[in-house]
Amino acid sequence: MQYETVIGLEVHVQLHTRSKMFCGCPADYQAAEPNTRTCPVCLGLPGALPVINRRAVEYTVLTGLALNCRIPEFTKFDRKNYPYPDLMKGYQISQYDLPLALDGFLEIDGDTQLGLGRRRIGVERVHLEEDVGSYDDRGEGYSLVDVNRSGVPLMEVVSKPDMRSAEEARQYLTLLHSIVQYLGVSTGNMQDGNFRCDANVSIRPVGSQILGTRTEVKNMNSFRAVYQALEYEVVRQREVIEDGGAVVQETRGWIEEREVTVSQRSKEYAHDYRYFPEPDLPPLRIGPERVAELAAELPEFAPQRSARFQADLALSGYDADLLAGSRSMANYFETTLTAIAANPKAVADYISGKDTAARFLMGQVMRLTKGQAQPELALRLVQEGLELQKTRGSLEP
Amino acid sequence: MAAHAASELWQLSAAEASRLLADREISSVELTDACLERIAAVDDRISAYITVTADLARQQATDADRRIAGVPMQIKDLLCTNGIATTCASRMLAEYIPVYDATAVARLREHGAVLLGKGNMDEFGMGSSTENSAFFPTRNPWDTGRVPGGSSGGSAAAVSAGAAPFALGTDTGGSIRQPASFCGVTGLKPTYGRVSRYGLVAYASSLDQVGPIARDAADCALILQSIAGHDSRDATSLPDAVPDYSAALTGDISGLRLGVPSEYFAEGMDAGVRAAVTAAIDQLAALGAEIREVSLPTTQYALACYYIIAPSECSANLARYDGVKYGYSHQGDGDMWEAMERTRQHGFGPEVKRRIMLGAFALSSGYYDAYYHKAQQVRTLIRQDFAHVFEEVDALAAPVSPVVAFPIGERTDDPVRMYLVDVYTLPVNMAGLPAMSVPCGFSNGLPVGLQLIGPHLSEDRLLNIAHTYQQATEWHRERPGI
Repeated sequence: MQYETVIGLEVHVQLHTRSKMFCGCPADYQAAEPNTRTCPVCLGLPGALPVINRRAVEYTVLTGLALNCRIPEFTKFDRKNYPYPDLMKGYQISQYDLPLALDGFLEIDGDTQLGLGRRRIGVERVHLEEDVGSYDDRGEGYSLVDVNRSGVPLMEVVSKPDMRSAEEARQYLTLLHSIVQYLGVSTGNMQDGNFRCDANVSIRPVGSQILGTRTEVKNMNSFRAVYQALEYEVVRQREVIEDGGAVVQETRGWIEEREVTVSQRSKEYAHDYRYFPEPDLPPLRIGPERVAELAAELPEFAPQRSARFQADLALSGYDADLLAGSRSMANYFETTLTAIAANPKAVADYISGKDTAARFLMGQVMRLTKGQAQPELALRLVQEGLELQKTRGSLEP
Repeated sequence: MAAHAASELWQLSAAEASRLLADREISSVELTDACLERIAAVDDRISAYITVTADLARQQATDADRRIAGVPMQIKDLLCTNGIATTCASRMLAEYIPVYDATAVARLREHGAVLLGKGNMDEFGMGSSTENSAFFPTRNPWDTGRVPGGSSGGSAAAVSAGAAPFALGTDTGGSIRQPASFCGVTGLKPTYGRVSRYGLVAYASSLDQVGPIARDAADCALILQSIAGHDSRDATSLPDAVPDYSAALTGDISGLRLGVPSEYFAEGMDAGVRAAVTAAIDQLAALGAEIREVSLPTTQYALACYYIIAPSECSANLARYDGVKYGYSHQGDGDMWEAMERTRQHGFGPEVKRRIMLGAFALSSGYYDAYYHKAQQVRTLIRQDFAHVFEEVDALAAPVSPVVAFPIGERTDDPVRMYLVDVYTLPVNMAGLPAMSVPCGFSNGLPVGLQLIGPHLSEDRLLNIAHTYQQATEWHRERPGI
């Protein structure tokens, strides 16, 4: 029996705003001592009230636009109710039925091993919520709660269950990561917890239109872990079914050291979140004019930039992808090309074998980027640029 | 300064006191001492205070004597006061000390008001008699065997008994107006959003409002002036400019179109209440108002609507009280979840638990549409009802409650019977409108309140109607013999 894999991804992206989602506390908590980035609001003290962080809303709309979503004119926040020590108010302010962005997509190359070509992976929605505190169960009868992270803006991107393999999930994730990084809305660091991925996985007989029972896989802390965990889970589910059993709908955690997923069913409490509209926050109206203004702020993303490097500079796909990989890298590269084009004498020197020409141009790149670029990187880019100049004869398209 | 007898001082209205202070006829220290003596004299009989901040009051009075304002006040114990216990009359917060002031409190402090102490109330604002306080019931100064009303019972009783020139109460379903009516004092619930809720411990977020309880409308105007206005910390506070409320007290209501909603004069109302309110409406007509019969057909749905929406919001607002971070914490055997359950079991009183359960149920999967969602839709109809009526009239006159102060313990066995005393105040909160309670007579020796309801942001109009009425009548000057 041939099985088809069905994967959906939920990615939580911490937004790189100056302050938290609903209060003025600094959002950069990573290096802070525990419980030093707090105020009555993010502590959930009696009487405290939330106020919306405008920048976080704009970042979420920008992301939605970058994902080809529709931005509805009317949106609101809702309370998601459940008890946990790291959830200060006993509810999380999130979005339920009227999120900031809906019905988008990302284009991936597809899994060639499955005979799938370039196609769209649907994005169900992008919404905005607040992060919770961190909870550290010390085991010996006590746990520690650090409220610094409570209230940090969190953007959630939910895909449709359109991915058909771990490879496609990897492509989607990589592209999404590149987009949020290019937009500057997040540093996208998985290890720091800025970019978290949960997966919903199920399998079904090829040709079936009915979705199989899915499991939720969590605790994947790198792109590699996502890939491995999904590969493992698909095999596990197939074995369960082929042994005559049925897949249980549950949450499973990826255990990196053992390279397995393990059932995480702990004390059962009702997953009825009793969502209702947040009465402390008025609904938001984002008019088409504002959406158009934000759309104009969208940069050229990695795939488009890479395509342009390939077309204009005859770079290989591999090299172009590498150079377009991050917004800063791509910018430095283009700065390098500018420096080279402005200094034909240095180019001539380089071609005639003078090594100092490269260093001179590196200095130019450092000057143009106001010292932002790393010297070694700048030098490398200069050398690549100069090689390009040598082979092509010119850097003009 | 001429010497004043202490008994003259604690009878002053806030406006009178303010004038005398401004003219340097009295000092804030004198006035505050007189109030503190009055508290000592009566509070063992009415229990209007949970905490008396005597030292702080004297210190603030000393400061205030260097400025003009210096009027002492009581703050309902549901509003956060920095460094001073804010218990919400609950065992859950019996020892809780906030680290910040509620905005309304901070603004009064900036204006130089002096804090006498925190007022007793129904636990977390849930109740209509102040019998739900975890500590002790407050007693009506007119008859200490009777309730002062609720949930701002301690505040209304204090003002009534002269144990505070004015108080700041809160109103979610009638909690300023009803106790003001039962205690024979004047109270105002502003338009939703007129006064910041930052620092007001939340009960029902879409209904709660802070407002003054004082001896007359002029006082309420003075106090509202100090606390009203936009607050960037409260996303539901209105950006609209605050008018000069005292200047609006022209004493002239000729030509005012006053509606009398027929649904507010239903069968079963106390006859004395009906008589007093009807007489008050006649008095307003004599003062120049044009009286019209109007109808608010959705009135009958307000009670059910309120008792779905308020508990739903409260079930979420009170979820934070789990003994983990602050407040009462019942440790003992078992795991973290068991400790949380025990904390809430012992920390909350029965009415609070009742409403949390009601609310969680109304929001639960499978029931949300039939209860919470439906109630919000009905709420829109109630709002539209009022909007429609306010196209024909400028304000409404009605009773505050169908009854006067009832004996302590009379309604505690039957929650619904208790809820029914608020039938005429609830619809106003559902619509977010401003309303006042104005003393208008007595029934069997107990005070009766006239309710004035106005359209969105019409506090100035309501205050003027009340003020005009109070210029022509003496009900608001009556004092209990305590």
